[in-house]
Amino acid sequence: MKNTTQRSNGYYGKFGGAYIPELLFNNVNKLQKNYERIIRTKEFQTQFKTLLKDYVGRPTPLYFSEALSSKYKAKIFLKREDLNHTGAHKINNALGQALLAKMMGKQKIVAETGAGQHGVAVATACTLLGLSCVVFMGETDIARQAPNVARMKMLGTTVIPSLSGTKTLKDATNDAIRYWINHADDTHYIIGSVVGPHPYPDIVAKFQSVISKEIKIQLKKQTGDAEPDYVIACVGGGSNAAGAFYHFLGSKKTKLIGAEAAGMGIHSHETAATLMVGSVGIIHGSKTYLMQNKDGQITEPYSISAGLDYPGIGPLHAYLHETKQATYYAVTDREALDAAKELIHLDGIIPALESAHAFALLPKMKFKPTDVVVINLSGRGDKDMETYLKFIL
Amino acid sequence: MNTLQQTILNNKNNNLSVFFTAGFPTMESTKEILGILNTTNVDFIEIGIPFSDPLADGPVIQHSSTIALNNGMTLELLFAQLKEVKDKITKPYLLMGYLNSLLACGIETFYRKCYEGGVHHIIIPDLPVNEYLEEHKFIADKFEVSPVFLITPSTSEARIKEIDKISKAFIYVVSGNTTTGNDSSIQTEAIKKIQDMKLRNPLIIGFGIKNKADYSEACKLGNGAIIGSAFINMISGSSDLQKDIPEFIGQIKS
Repeated sequence: MKNTTQRSNGYYGKFGGAYIPELLFNNVNKLQKNYERIIRTKEFQTQFKTLLKDYVGRPTPLYFSEALSSKYKAKIFLKREDLNHTGAHKINNALGQALLAKMMGKQKIVAETGAGQHGVAVATACTLLGLSCVVFMGETDIARQAPNVARMKMLGTTVIPSLSGTKTLKDATNDAIRYWINHADDTHYIIGSVVGPHPYPDIVAKFQSVISKEIKIQLKKQTGDAEPDYVIACVGGGSNAAGAFYHFLGSKKTKLIGAEAAGMGIHSHETAATLMVGSVGIIHGSKTYLMQNKDGQITEPYSISAGLDYPGIGPLHAYLHETKQATYYAVTDREALDAAKELIHLDGIIPALESAHAFALLPKMKFKPTDVVVINLSGRGDKDMETYLKFIL
Repeated sequence: MNTLQQTILNNKNNNLSVFFTAGFPTMESTKEILGILNTTNVDFIEIGIPFSDPLADGPVIQHSSTIALNNGMTLELLFAQLKEVKDKITKPYLLMGYLNSLLACGIETFYRKCYEGGVHHIIIPDLPVNEYLEEHKFIADKFEVSPVFLITPSTSEARIKEIDKISKAFIYVVSGNTTTGNDSSIQTEAIKKIQDMKLRNPLIIGFGIKNKADYSEACKLGNGAIIGSAFINMISGSSDLQKDIPEFIGQIKS
């Protein structure tokens, strides 16, 4: 990644770092010292690439949507991460980190999950690679994402309800970190987004960067130019966006656009648009923007989409936002639902509610007819059927 | 040499400290509990700044934080309470909390208010040593506040020596690789090795210390112990703090 890491110790500008209690120092330090070397080994690369190709189904297609192109007067391509095994981009990181854990000699995995997509991806990777797996999930999320809980259990994963705080993703993350403190010797923590202490944001961005790597190759083939005018992705913690932006960082041509979840609106107090309403502080071991009150207490986010319902944002995005290398907009629940409805009817694709936020930016953008636009369709909407049936039929 | 350093040295190897969360169980409890502890055999007191996301803490301290926050407790109110009682409390007290609370307050304001509230030592588990040296130390020094750092049985020798060099009152030795209030026993062998390093600073052991037996063991391995979750559990179950706090302390250090 060019021009983004200014300090060698895991900072993107002033964001990032590792603000962790001493109890995690050894584990995080070992990871910091070893991850780059292990990821570069031929053994790792061969296994990872084979799994992505034959098990996950990569490369995922880059699909030219005639209907969206004609409606929004631009050349609109969809990067079909929804066609990955387990239904979203999350598997790229889960497999990469599970392999990394194995090569570091760990036999056990702990993870957090919000909507359950990361949890299912980790449970799947652990089953495949013979690792035992514990996933923390907020009690509230367990109730609203029952099918994913069932999938994890079927895969042999122990799902532990997070009963602390507000019982959602941030609390599941706290509990997964606490579990890691108490099981530091044999356990690796697979964080699900480009958040957490260094080196996690970098590890997750690297494993997700396959998305933009493929976009470049596919776009070159389909249009003659590897660089689009726009890449658009939704952002909660920001892992699919980090992956879709990665190889376009520093490009003079490509504009990087992120869609945050505004929930009921950024002035409604029912929102998860961290960059719009947050301020700089520390969350889950990383210095970044987060939603907090004036006493520094982390506040509860809200979005219709459980995967964007996070009160922080990855330090890479905080940095891209502050240096204006990427532009972030807020998309309300209603706008996301309308965008999902449009994609379902025009292209016959039921997107994840998270991904629908990226599509909701289409009516807000001013494209030239020659503009090439890539939208990262990060996941499929099977898990959101209940919400769709309730709101858009 | 300030009061806390003097106190710990005077007590040699039988220092006893307790931790409680400010604003728990009621907003006014901070002052009441401090006042009662001041009359007991406790040597110094740790006051927790309640935080929404306390990563290093087990369920008991988490729960006390949630209740304190629901009571409306804030860092600003805590500083005001300390200013009120500081002349009445003769035992040294420290603040323990998370970095985000400090940053939200503002680095300069935080250390100034510590000074005004009679706080000369702070424990911020997620403040990295380097960041303290680069961005906090010159301000903290100005207001005569110094940090206490944590080490664990798996902290490397080199890192322990570095921490010993910049510590002023004591080093907080975590009893094992655990969050607070866990049932796991003290990792005796590993802590003996730290003891053998003959550091400049006294070693005070914490996390999972719950009774007289744990305290006595900690006094053999270091210079005393801190009791947190067990003390908070006692407060939770008490209907008469005036009676129960001295009784709890008396059972551990008479």
